[in-house]
Amino acid sequence: MLAIPIHQDNSPEAVISILFKLKVKDVMTHPILTASPSDTLRHIQQVMKKNHITGIPVADSENRLLGIVSMDDIVTALDNGWIEDQAGLHMTTNVIVLEENMSLSFCVSYFNKYSFGRFPVLDSRSRLVGIVTASDVISTLLVALNKEVERLEHTAESAETGPAGAKPENSGEQVIEFKTEPFNFEIAGQASTEIKKLLKSGGIDTAITRRVGIASYELEINQVVHSAGGIMRYILKADTLVIEAEDTGPGIPNLEKAMTEGFSTANERVRSLGFGAGMGLPNTKRVADEFYIDSAEGRGTLVRATFNLKGSTAV
Amino acid sequence: MKTSELGSFLGADCLQGDYEDRDIAGAYTSDLLSDAMANAVDEGILITIQAHKNTIAVATIKDLRAIVLCNNRPVPDDMIEAARNEGIALFVTKDSQYEVSGKLYAQLSGT
Repeated sequence: MLAIPIHQDNSPEAVISILFKLKVKDVMTHPILTASPSDTLRHIQQVMKKNHITGIPVADSENRLLGIVSMDDIVTALDNGWIEDQAGLHMTTNVIVLEENMSLSFCVSYFNKYSFGRFPVLDSRSRLVGIVTASDVISTLLVALNKEVERLEHTAESAETGPAGAKPENSGEQVIEFKTEPFNFEIAGQASTEIKKLLKSGGIDTAITRRVGIASYELEINQVVHSAGGIMRYILKADTLVIEAEDTGPGIPNLEKAMTEGFSTANERVRSLGFGAGMGLPNTKRVADEFYIDSAEGRGTLVRATFNLKGSTAV
Repeated sequence: MKTSELGSFLGADCLQGDYEDRDIAGAYTSDLLSDAMANAVDEGILITIQAHKNTIAVATIKDLRAIVLCNNRPVPDDMIEAARNEGIALFVTKDSQYEVSGKLYAQLSGT
Protein backbone atom coordinates (compact mmCIF):
# COMPACT_ATOMS: atom_id res chain seq x y z
CA MET A 1 0.00 0.00 0.00
CA LEU A 2 1.18 3.47 -0.87
CA ALA A 3 2.61 5.27 2.12
CA ILE A 4 3.33 9.01 2.14
CA PRO A 5 7.04 9.34 2.88
CA ILE A 6 6.96 12.33 5.19
CA HIS A 7 8.27 11.99 8.71
CA GLN A 8 6.47 14.49 10.80
CA ASP A 9 9.00 14.52 13.59
CA ASN A 10 12.03 15.48 11.51
CA SER A 11 10.78 17.26 8.38
CA PRO A 12 11.70 20.88 7.66
CA GLU A 13 9.52 23.44 9.37
CA ALA A 14 8.06 24.68 6.08
CA VAL A 15 6.73 21.18 5.31
CA ILE A 16 5.27 20.74 8.78
CA SER A 17 3.61 24.12 8.59
CA ILE A 18 1.98 23.20 5.26
CA LEU A 19 0.74 19.93 6.77
CA PHE A 20 -0.92 21.85 9.57
CA LYS A 21 -2.24 24.68 7.43
CA LEU A 22 -3.93 22.53 4.80
CA LYS A 23 -7.16 20.80 5.72
CA VAL A 24 -8.60 17.53 4.53
CA LYS A 25 -11.21 19.49 2.59
CA ASP A 26 -8.41 21.21 0.64
CA VAL A 27 -7.13 17.92 -0.74
CA MET A 28 -10.23 15.76 -1.04
CA THR A 29 -12.00 14.92 -4.28
CA HIS A 30 -15.55 16.22 -4.37
CA PRO A 31 -18.24 15.87 -5.45
CA ILE A 32 -17.82 12.13 -5.51
CA LEU A 33 -19.45 9.07 -6.99
CA THR A 34 -21.36 7.02 -4.46
CA ALA A 35 -23.17 3.71 -4.72
CA SER A 36 -26.42 2.67 -3.09
CA PRO A 37 -26.55 -0.51 -0.97
CA SER A 38 -29.04 -1.98 -3.44
CA ASP A 39 -26.64 -1.66 -6.41
CA THR A 40 -25.10 -4.96 -7.47
CA LEU A 41 -21.36 -5.47 -7.08
CA ARG A 42 -21.24 -6.07 -10.84
CA HIS A 43 -22.74 -2.63 -11.43
CA ILE A 44 -20.28 -1.03 -9.00
CA GLN A 45 -17.36 -2.80 -10.67
CA GLN A 46 -18.45 -1.34 -14.03
CA VAL A 47 -18.75 2.16 -12.58
CA MET A 48 -15.26 1.82 -11.10
CA LYS A 49 -13.83 0.60 -14.40
CA LYS A 50 -15.52 3.37 -16.40
CA ASN A 51 -14.30 6.10 -14.04
CA HIS A 52 -10.84 4.63 -13.42
CA ILE A 53 -11.29 4.55 -9.68
CA THR A 54 -10.42 1.86 -7.15
CA GLY A 55 -13.09 2.28 -4.52
CA ILE A 56 -16.61 3.70 -4.07
CA PRO A 57 -18.31 4.69 -0.82
CA VAL A 58 -21.78 3.30 -0.27
CA ALA A 59 -24.25 5.81 1.16
CA ASP A 60 -27.96 6.01 1.90
CA SER A 61 -30.33 8.53 0.36
CA GLU A 62 -29.32 11.17 2.92
CA ASN A 63 -25.65 10.80 2.16
CA ARG A 64 -24.82 8.95 5.36
CA LEU A 65 -21.90 6.59 4.88
CA LEU A 66 -22.77 2.88 5.14
CA GLY A 67 -19.61 1.24 3.85
CA ILE A 68 -17.17 1.11 1.01
CA VAL A 69 -16.59 -1.19 -1.94
CA SER A 70 -12.97 -1.43 -2.98
CA MET A 71 -11.18 -3.37 -5.70
CA ASP A 72 -10.40 -6.04 -3.08
CA ASP A 73 -14.10 -6.52 -2.39
CA ILE A 74 -14.73 -6.93 -6.13
CA VAL A 75 -11.96 -9.55 -6.47
CA THR A 76 -13.33 -11.44 -3.46
CA ALA A 77 -16.83 -11.28 -4.96
CA LEU A 78 -15.58 -12.74 -8.25
CA ASP A 79 -13.68 -15.49 -6.39
CA ASN A 80 -16.70 -16.42 -4.30
CA GLY A 81 -19.31 -16.03 -7.00
CA TRP A 82 -21.37 -13.24 -5.42
CA ILE A 83 -20.64 -10.48 -7.92
CA GLU A 84 -24.38 -10.24 -8.79
CA ASP A 85 -25.33 -9.69 -5.12
CA GLN A 86 -26.26 -6.31 -3.66
CA ALA A 87 -23.40 -4.21 -2.35
CA GLY A 88 -25.04 -3.90 1.07
CA LEU A 89 -24.42 -7.61 1.70
CA HIS A 90 -20.68 -7.69 1.07
CA MET A 91 -19.29 -4.18 1.33
CA THR A 92 -16.59 -3.33 3.84
CA THR A 93 -18.40 -1.78 6.76
CA ASN A 94 -15.45 -1.27 9.05
CA VAL A 95 -14.50 2.04 7.46
CA ILE A 96 -12.06 4.57 8.82
CA VAL A 97 -13.14 8.12 7.99
CA LEU A 98 -11.66 11.60 8.12
CA GLU A 99 -13.44 14.78 9.09
CA GLU A 100 -13.20 17.60 6.54
CA ASN A 101 -11.68 20.11 8.99
CA MET A 102 -8.88 17.84 10.18
CA SER A 103 -5.41 18.99 9.28
CA LEU A 104 -3.51 17.29 6.49
CA SER A 105 -0.95 16.10 9.02
CA PHE A 106 -3.63 13.91 10.56
CA CYS A 107 -4.56 12.60 7.16
CA VAL A 108 -0.95 11.70 6.31
CA SER A 109 -0.55 9.76 9.54
CA TYR A 110 -3.77 7.86 8.78
CA PHE A 111 -2.42 6.77 5.41
CA ASN A 112 0.75 5.56 7.05
CA LYS A 113 -1.02 3.88 9.93
CA TYR A 114 -3.81 2.05 8.09
CA SER A 115 -3.35 0.14 4.89
CA PHE A 116 -6.28 1.75 3.07
CA GLY A 117 -5.95 3.41 -0.31
CA ARG A 118 -8.65 5.98 0.40
CA PHE A 119 -10.60 7.53 3.23
CA PRO A 120 -14.15 8.84 2.93
CA VAL A 121 -14.51 12.38 4.31
CA LEU A 122 -17.44 13.46 6.47
CA ASP A 123 -18.61 16.94 7.41
CA SER A 124 -19.47 18.00 10.96
CA ARG A 125 -22.97 16.55 10.52
CA SER A 126 -21.48 13.17 9.54
CA ARG A 127 -22.59 13.50 5.94
CA LEU A 128 -20.32 12.15 3.22
CA VAL A 129 -18.69 15.10 1.41
CA GLY A 130 -15.62 13.70 -0.32
CA ILE A 131 -12.92 11.11 -0.56
CA VAL A 132 -9.16 11.36 -0.16
CA THR A 133 -6.66 9.12 -1.91
CA ALA A 134 -2.92 9.12 -1.33
CA SER A 135 -2.42 10.64 -4.75
CA ASP A 136 -4.75 13.55 -3.84
CA VAL A 137 -2.56 14.22 -0.84
CA ILE A 138 0.70 13.93 -2.75
CA SER A 139 -0.35 16.19 -5.61
CA THR A 140 -1.71 18.90 -3.28
CA LEU A 141 1.45 18.69 -1.19
CA LEU A 142 3.61 19.06 -4.29
CA VAL A 143 1.75 22.18 -5.37
CA ALA A 144 2.01 23.68 -1.86
CA LEU A 145 5.69 22.78 -1.57
CA ASN A 146 6.43 24.31 -4.96
CA LYS A 147 4.81 27.56 -3.88
CA GLU A 148 6.74 27.54 -0.63
CA VAL A 149 10.07 26.86 -2.36
CA GLU A 150 9.35 29.69 -4.78
CA ARG A 151 8.60 32.01 -1.88
CA LEU A 152 11.78 30.98 -0.07
CA GLU A 153 13.83 31.56 -3.22
CA HIS A 154 12.40 35.06 -3.43
CA THR A 155 13.25 35.70 0.20
CA ALA A 156 16.76 34.39 -0.37
CA GLU A 157 17.16 36.58 -3.43
CA SER A 158 16.03 39.71 -1.65
CA ALA A 159 18.31 38.84 1.25
CA GLU A 160 21.22 38.61 -1.19
CA THR A 161 20.38 41.95 -2.67
CA GLY A 162 19.86 43.40 0.79
CA PRO A 163 21.95 45.98 2.59
CA ALA A 164 25.22 44.02 2.50
CA GLY A 165 25.48 43.72 -1.28
CA ALA A 166 23.67 46.89 -2.14
CA LYS A 167 25.56 49.02 -4.58
CA PRO A 168 22.90 50.45 -6.85
CA GLU A 169 25.31 52.83 -8.56
CA ASN A 170 27.72 50.26 -9.93
CA SER A 171 25.37 47.97 -11.84
CA GLY A 172 23.17 48.43 -14.86
CA GLU A 173 19.84 47.25 -13.59
CA GLN A 174 18.67 45.36 -10.57
CA VAL A 175 15.17 43.91 -10.26
CA ILE A 176 13.71 42.88 -6.94
CA GLU A 177 10.29 41.31 -6.57
CA PHE A 178 8.01 40.68 -3.64
CA LYS A 179 4.64 38.91 -3.64
CA THR A 180 1.59 40.22 -1.86
CA GLU A 181 -1.35 38.14 -0.71
CA PRO A 182 -4.96 39.25 -0.23
CA PHE A 183 -5.59 40.41 3.35
CA ASN A 184 -2.21 39.24 4.56
CA PHE A 185 -1.31 42.23 6.71
CA GLU A 186 1.39 40.18 8.38
CA ILE A 187 3.81 40.53 5.49
CA ALA A 188 2.48 43.86 4.22
CA GLY A 189 5.16 46.50 4.54
CA GLN A 190 8.01 44.02 4.21
CA ALA A 191 8.82 44.98 0.63
CA SER A 192 8.69 48.69 1.42
CA THR A 193 10.93 48.59 4.47
CA GLU A 194 13.43 46.35 2.63
CA ILE A 195 13.61 48.66 -0.35
CA LYS A 196 13.98 51.69 1.86
CA LYS A 197 16.91 50.08 3.69
CA LEU A 198 18.48 49.13 0.38
CA LEU A 199 18.34 52.72 -0.89
CA LYS A 200 19.54 54.09 2.43
CA SER A 201 22.56 51.81 2.43
CA GLY A 202 23.21 52.88 -1.17
CA GLY A 203 23.60 56.45 0.08
CA ILE A 204 20.42 57.79 -1.55
CA ASP A 205 19.11 61.04 -0.06
CA THR A 206 16.79 60.39 2.91
CA ALA A 207 14.00 62.63 1.59
CA ILE A 208 13.94 60.55 -1.60
CA THR A 209 14.05 57.20 0.20
CA ARG A 210 11.12 58.34 2.34
CA ARG A 211 9.09 59.22 -0.75
CA VAL A 212 9.91 55.83 -2.26
CA GLY A 213 8.85 54.20 1.01
CA ILE A 214 5.51 56.02 1.01
CA ALA A 215 4.65 55.11 -2.58
CA SER A 216 5.79 51.55 -2.13
CA TYR A 217 3.83 51.02 1.07
CA GLU A 218 0.65 52.55 -0.33
CA LEU A 219 0.84 50.36 -3.42
CA GLU A 220 1.61 47.30 -1.33
CA ILE A 221 -1.36 47.94 0.96
CA ASN A 222 -3.57 48.53 -2.09
CA GLN A 223 -2.70 45.06 -3.36
CA VAL A 224 -3.27 43.48 0.05
CA VAL A 225 -6.62 45.24 0.54
CA HIS A 226 -8.11 45.29 -2.93
CA SER A 227 -6.51 42.68 -5.20
CA ALA A 228 -6.46 38.94 -5.57
CA GLY A 229 -2.72 39.15 -4.96
CA GLY A 230 0.09 40.68 -6.90
CA ILE A 231 3.73 41.48 -7.37
CA MET A 232 5.70 44.47 -6.13
CA ARG A 233 8.59 44.92 -8.56
CA TYR A 234 11.46 47.32 -7.98
CA ILE A 235 13.60 48.15 -10.98
CA LEU A 236 16.70 49.88 -9.77
CA LYS A 237 19.05 51.67 -12.18
CA ALA A 238 21.90 54.07 -11.55
CA ASP A 239 19.71 57.19 -11.43
CA THR A 240 16.16 55.91 -11.19
CA LEU A 241 13.95 53.54 -9.32
CA VAL A 242 10.75 52.29 -10.90
CA ILE A 243 8.16 50.65 -8.68
CA GLU A 244 5.79 48.44 -10.61
CA ALA A 245 2.79 47.21 -8.66
CA GLU A 246 1.02 44.62 -10.76
CA ASP A 247 -1.94 42.57 -9.54
CA THR A 248 -4.19 39.92 -10.99
CA GLY A 249 -7.49 41.72 -10.56
CA PRO A 250 -10.32 42.50 -10.09
CA GLY A 251 -9.36 45.92 -11.49
CA ILE A 252 -10.61 49.45 -10.87
CA PRO A 253 -13.96 50.30 -12.51
CA ASN A 254 -13.54 54.08 -12.24
CA LEU A 255 -9.97 55.36 -12.31
CA GLU A 256 -10.95 58.99 -11.88
CA LYS A 257 -12.74 58.20 -8.62
CA ALA A 258 -9.89 56.01 -7.40
CA MET A 259 -7.50 58.91 -7.92
CA THR A 260 -9.72 61.25 -5.88
CA GLU A 261 -8.55 61.90 -2.34
CA GLY A 262 -10.99 60.47 0.19
CA PHE A 263 -12.68 58.02 -2.18
CA SER A 264 -12.37 54.47 -0.87
CA THR A 265 -14.04 51.11 -1.35
CA ALA A 266 -12.26 49.51 1.63
CA ASN A 267 -14.35 47.53 4.09
CA GLU A 268 -14.79 48.06 7.84
CA ARG A 269 -12.05 45.65 8.86
CA VAL A 270 -9.52 47.38 6.64
CA ARG A 271 -10.58 50.78 7.96
CA SER A 272 -10.27 49.60 11.55
CA LEU A 273 -6.60 48.93 10.85
CA GLY A 274 -6.13 52.53 9.79
CA PHE A 275 -6.23 51.98 6.04
CA GLY A 276 -8.91 52.81 3.55
CA ALA A 277 -8.76 56.58 3.92
CA GLY A 278 -8.89 56.95 0.16
CA MET A 279 -5.41 58.42 0.06
CA GLY A 280 -3.35 55.55 -1.32
CA LEU A 281 -3.18 56.41 -5.00
CA PRO A 282 -3.23 60.22 -4.49
CA ASN A 283 -0.38 59.87 -1.96
CA THR A 284 1.59 57.73 -4.39
CA LYS A 285 1.10 60.17 -7.24
CA ARG A 286 2.09 63.10 -5.06
CA VAL A 287 5.43 61.62 -3.99
CA ALA A 288 6.47 60.11 -7.33
CA ASP A 289 8.36 61.94 -10.07
CA GLU A 290 6.32 60.10 -12.67
CA PHE A 291 3.09 58.21 -12.18
CA TYR A 292 1.28 55.81 -14.49
CA ILE A 293 -1.78 53.69 -13.88
CA ASP A 294 -3.59 51.21 -16.08
CA SER A 295 -6.64 49.32 -14.93
CA ALA A 296 -10.16 48.31 -15.85
CA GLU A 297 -12.83 46.21 -14.25
CA GLY A 298 -12.30 42.52 -14.86
CA ARG A 299 -8.53 42.61 -15.34
CA GLY A 300 -5.53 43.50 -13.27
CA THR A 301 -4.12 46.84 -12.25
CA LEU A 302 -0.65 48.09 -13.08
CA VAL A 303 0.76 51.11 -11.32
CA ARG A 304 4.20 52.43 -12.21
CA ALA A 305 5.84 55.06 -10.01
CA THR A 306 9.20 56.40 -11.08
CA PHE A 307 11.69 58.16 -8.86
CA ASN A 308 14.72 60.19 -9.80
CA LEU A 309 17.32 59.12 -7.25
CA LYS A 310 19.71 61.98 -7.95
CA GLY A 311 17.64 64.94 -6.87
CA SER A 312 14.07 65.32 -7.95
CA THR A 313 11.20 67.58 -8.80
CA ALA A 314 8.34 66.09 -6.76
CA VAL A 315 7.21 67.62 -3.49
CA MET B 1 12.89 67.28 23.40
CA LYS B 2 14.50 63.87 23.18
CA THR B 3 12.83 60.48 22.87
CA SER B 4 14.00 59.46 26.34
CA GLU B 5 12.16 62.43 27.91
CA LEU B 6 8.78 61.45 26.44
CA GLY B 7 7.86 58.78 28.98
CA SER B 8 8.18 60.90 32.10
CA PHE B 9 6.83 64.03 30.41
CA LEU B 10 3.63 62.25 29.36
CA GLY B 11 3.43 59.83 32.26
CA ALA B 12 3.45 57.05 29.66
CA ASP B 13 4.91 53.56 29.95
CA CYS B 14 7.76 52.65 27.66
CA LEU B 15 7.13 49.26 26.00
CA GLN B 16 10.15 49.30 23.74
CA GLY B 17 13.20 51.16 24.95
CA ASP B 18 15.78 49.92 22.51
CA TYR B 19 16.36 53.07 20.41
CA GLU B 20 18.91 55.73 19.60
CA ASP B 21 18.08 58.77 21.75
CA ARG B 22 17.71 61.78 19.47
CA ASP B 23 15.78 65.03 19.15
CA ILE B 24 12.12 64.84 18.18
CA ALA B 25 11.38 66.97 15.14
CA GLY B 26 7.65 67.28 15.76
CA ALA B 27 4.49 65.28 16.21
CA TYR B 28 1.44 64.21 14.27
CA THR B 29 -1.82 62.77 15.52
CA SER B 30 -3.79 60.39 13.32
CA ASP B 31 -5.37 56.96 13.23
CA LEU B 32 -5.30 56.76 9.45
CA LEU B 33 -2.03 55.28 8.34
CA SER B 34 -2.13 56.78 4.86
CA ASP B 35 -2.76 60.16 6.41
CA ALA B 36 0.11 59.61 8.84
CA MET B 37 2.35 58.65 5.97
CA ALA B 38 1.40 61.74 4.00
CA ASN B 39 1.52 64.23 6.86
CA ALA B 40 3.58 62.96 9.81
CA VAL B 41 6.71 64.99 10.54
CA ASP B 42 9.83 63.13 9.39
CA GLU B 43 11.93 62.16 12.42
CA GLY B 44 9.03 63.10 14.70
CA ILE B 45 6.55 61.02 16.63
CA LEU B 46 3.08 59.62 15.89
CA ILE B 47 0.22 59.84 18.39
CA THR B 48 -2.36 57.17 17.57
CA ILE B 49 -4.53 54.28 18.72
CA GLN B 50 -3.41 52.01 15.86
CA ALA B 51 -1.61 49.38 17.92
CA HIS B 52 -0.43 46.89 15.31
CA LYS B 53 2.57 46.01 13.20
CA ASN B 54 1.61 48.12 10.19
CA THR B 55 2.04 51.28 12.23
CA ILE B 56 5.69 50.29 12.67
CA ALA B 57 6.04 49.98 8.90
CA VAL B 58 4.75 53.54 8.51
CA ALA B 59 7.07 54.76 11.29
CA THR B 60 10.03 53.07 9.61
CA ILE B 61 9.26 54.72 6.30
CA LYS B 62 8.93 58.16 7.91
CA ASP B 63 11.96 57.65 10.20
CA LEU B 64 9.79 58.32 13.24
CA ARG B 65 11.49 58.33 16.63
CA ALA B 66 8.55 57.03 18.62
CA ILE B 67 4.91 56.00 18.58
CA VAL B 68 2.65 57.01 21.46
CA LEU B 69 -0.30 54.63 21.79
CA CYS B 70 -3.30 56.19 23.52
CA ASN B 71 -6.31 55.05 25.57
CA ASN B 72 -4.28 52.16 27.01
CA ARG B 73 -4.71 50.19 23.80
CA PRO B 74 -3.52 46.59 24.17
CA VAL B 75 -0.28 46.22 22.23
CA PRO B 76 0.42 42.91 20.50
CA ASP B 77 3.85 41.32 21.00
CA ASP B 78 4.63 41.29 17.30
CA MET B 79 4.26 45.07 17.24
CA ILE B 80 6.78 45.45 20.06
CA GLU B 81 9.08 43.00 18.31
CA ALA B 82 8.84 44.93 15.02
CA ALA B 83 9.51 48.22 16.83
CA ARG B 84 12.59 46.72 18.47
CA ASN B 85 13.91 45.51 15.10
CA GLU B 86 13.52 49.00 13.69
CA GLY B 87 14.79 50.83 16.79
CA ILE B 88 11.54 52.77 17.23
CA ALA B 89 10.47 53.69 20.77
CA LEU B 90 7.00 52.61 21.85
CA PHE B 91 4.98 54.28 24.60
CA VAL B 92 1.51 53.54 25.88
CA THR B 93 -0.64 55.86 27.95
CA LYS B 94 -4.15 56.00 29.41
CA ASP B 95 -4.55 59.49 27.93
CA SER B 96 -6.45 60.13 24.71
CA GLN B 97 -4.83 61.40 21.50
CA TYR B 98 -6.27 64.83 22.31
CA GLU B 99 -4.66 64.91 25.76
CA VAL B 100 -1.28 63.71 24.54
CA SER B 101 -1.32 66.21 21.66
CA GLY B 102 -2.24 68.97 24.08
CA LYS B 103 0.56 68.14 26.48
CA LEU B 104 3.12 68.04 23.68
CA TYR B 105 1.93 70.97 21.61
CA ALA B 106 3.71 73.82 23.39
CA GLN B 107 6.72 71.67 24.04
CA LEU B 108 7.32 70.67 20.44
CA SER B 109 6.13 73.68 18.44
CA GLY B 110 7.54 76.33 20.83
CA THR B 111 11.14 75.50 20.03
